[in-house]
Amino acid sequence: MVNAMTLMEPSAFRSASSAAPNASAPVNSSPAPASTTAHKPIIDIQNVDFRYGAHQALHGISLQIQEKKVTAFIGPSGCGKSTLLRCLNRMNDLIDEARVTAGTIKIRGVDINGPQVDPIELRKRVGMVFQKSNPFPKTIYENIAYGLRLQGVNDKSRLDETVEKSLRGAALWDEVKDRLHTSGLGLSGGQQQRLCIARAIAVEPEVILMDEPCSALDPLATAKIEELIQDLRARYTIVIVTHNMQQAARCSDQTAFFYLGKLVEMGQTRELFMNPANPQTEAYVSGRFG
Amino acid sequence: MTETLPNPYAARAGAHHLWEGVVRWIFRLGTYAILASGGAVLLNIVVKGLPALVTTDAPFINTSFLFDAPESLYVFEYQGQHYELGDRAFREFRAAHGNPSIDAESYVYSAGGIFPCIVGTVLLVVGSMTIALLVGVSAAVYLNEYAKDSRRIRFVRLAIVNLAGVPSIVFGLFGFGMFVIFLGWNVSLLAGWFTLAFMVLPVVITASEESLKSVPKGFREGSLALGATRWQTIRKNVLPYALPGILTSSILGIARVAGETAPIMFTAAYVVRDKLPWEVSQWGDFFFQGVMALPYHIYVVSSKIPQNDYTERVQYGTALVFMLVVAGVAAGSIVLRNKLRNRYKW
Repeated sequence: MVNAMTLMEPSAFRSASSAAPNASAPVNSSPAPASTTAHKPIIDIQNVDFRYGAHQALHGISLQIQEKKVTAFIGPSGCGKSTLLRCLNRMNDLIDEARVTAGTIKIRGVDINGPQVDPIELRKRVGMVFQKSNPFPKTIYENIAYGLRLQGVNDKSRLDETVEKSLRGAALWDEVKDRLHTSGLGLSGGQQQRLCIARAIAVEPEVILMDEPCSALDPLATAKIEELIQDLRARYTIVIVTHNMQQAARCSDQTAFFYLGKLVEMGQTRELFMNPANPQTEAYVSGRFG
Repeated sequence: MTETLPNPYAARAGAHHLWEGVVRWIFRLGTYAILASGGAVLLNIVVKGLPALVTTDAPFINTSFLFDAPESLYVFEYQGQHYELGDRAFREFRAAHGNPSIDAESYVYSAGGIFPCIVGTVLLVVGSMTIALLVGVSAAVYLNEYAKDSRRIRFVRLAIVNLAGVPSIVFGLFGFGMFVIFLGWNVSLLAGWFTLAFMVLPVVITASEESLKSVPKGFREGSLALGATRWQTIRKNVLPYALPGILTSSILGIARVAGETAPIMFTAAYVVRDKLPWEVSQWGDFFFQGVMALPYHIYVVSSKIPQNDYTERVQYGTALVFMLVVAGVAAGSIVLRNKLRNRYKW
C-alpha cells in the first residue's frame, strides 16, 4: 500500500524517511548540485553502499537521474560505475553475496530493493544493454520477439508489428528487413549491439541502462550507436556507462564522475567537462590520469 | 687466410641421443599397444561371431539368429544322415517321421537366436537413460543455475564424485536390496532401470554441468534483463544450447548401461524367458517383468552351460550383435546431437 501511494505521490514517501536527506539538496561529498532543469528525477539514489562480500564497491552514492535525459557514468576501471548501473535493475542479485548494504534506490518513488518489488517486473521496466553484445543464437526476429513471448504474447501480427517497430527504433530495420529469419549472430558487431538495443526496447521499458555499449565497436559503429542514443532520448531515460570521455561529452546531458567507489562530481555534461568543480574531476577529464 | 672455425654446434657423442630414441619408442609402442589390443579384441569377435550372423545364401544375414528366441540344439544321425536341428525343427522332424525314438545329443541355447536379449538390452538402455537424464539434468541445472556455492553444495559434489567410483556390482547389490526386495518389485525392468540409472548418474550430472557451464553467461543475463524468470531463461535460453553436450555425454552412458552385467544380474536379467516383453496380459505388468539381456546372455552361454563347438558360435555371435547394437544406439545419439548442434550455433 505504501508503494502504491508513493507511485502517485513521491514526496510523501520522502518526508516519511526522516534519516534520508532531501533529494533536492544532495549531501555526501558531491559538491556540484544535480540538475536544476525542469525535468524531475525518475531515479533517486540516496547514500547507497554496495558490497561484494567483504569488499565494499560503492560508498555513500547519492544522485538523481532525470527523466528522458542521457546520464553518463564515467571514471577509471573499478570505480564502481558498472556496479551502480547494475543496481538499477538489480542484476547484481545474480551475484552471490553482492548486495546494497545501505541507502535507497527509488525509481518513480518506489524503493526497488523493497520487499514488495519483484526484480522480474523491475527488469521489464528497466532494460539493459551489455558491454559485450549478446544476441541469442536465434533468428533476428526471435531475438526481438523473445521479451514479448516471455510475457505470453504469441499473436503473430502483434509480434510482427513490435519487431518492425523495435528494429526501426534501433535504426536497424533497413539493414535487416530482408533477413529477419536468419541468425542474429550473422550480423556485424555494431549491428549485433543495435539488435540488443532493439530487443531491449521491444518490451517498452522506461529506462535503458547501457554498460559500455561501444567498447567493442569500431568508430563508425560507435557513431551509429551514439546517433541512436540521441534518437532514443526522446522516449527513454538512458543511463550509459562509458570509458570514453569524448563519448560522454558527445551524447550525454548529465555526467557523473566516479572514483574509487565514490561519486566525485555530478553535473550538466558541458559544465562538468568545461568547468569541473573538483580537482580530481579536472585531472580525469583533462586526461591526466585514468 | 681463411681458417675454418670449429663448429660449436656439432653433435657431441653421448648417451642422450640414444636415450632420446629409446624414450620416444617406449611412448610410441605404448600407443600402438592400445591399437593392437583393441584391434585384436574386435577382430576376434568379428571372426568368431560372423559364422553365427551370416549365411552363405541370400540374404546372407542369419535372420533366425537375430529374430528368434534361443533354443536347444539337437544333433543326431537318422537313417545314415547327420542332422543339427533346433528344438522346434526337431519336434517337427519327429512328427513328420512318425515320432521315432531318436538318440540325439542336445546342446542348450545353441540353436535359435537372441532376439529377446536384443529387445531386453534396448529396453534397459532406453528406460535407464531416460531416468538418468531426467534426474541427472535436473541435478545439474540445480547445481549450476540455482545453488549458491556453500558447504552443503560442495558436499553434494563430493558425493557425486564418490558415486562415480562405486563398483558396478555394489550398485547391483544396492538395487537388489532396495528395489527387488524392499520395494518388492522383484526381478524386473523397473528395478533394472533404476539400478542402472543410479550407476550412470554421476557421469550424466558431471557432463551436463560442463555443458551448462559452456553456455555463455551473456545469454542468461540478456534474458534476465528482459524480465525473464530463472526458469524461463533456463528453458528457453540455456538448456537448448546445452543439450548437444549433454547428449554427447550420455552416449558414453549408453555404452556403459548397455554393457554392465553386474547391476542387472540380480535386478533385471533372466537366464531365459519364453515370452517377449510386450506379451503381457495387462500393461502394468510390463514394468514388473524380467528380461533377457545381451551381456548377461554372453555370461550365461560362456560360463553356465557345458562348453563345446556349438556354444562358441552363440557366444561370439551374441558379442558381435551386442557391439553392433551399442554402436547403433550411440550412432543414433550422435546423429541427434549433430542435428541439435547445427540448430544452435554461437
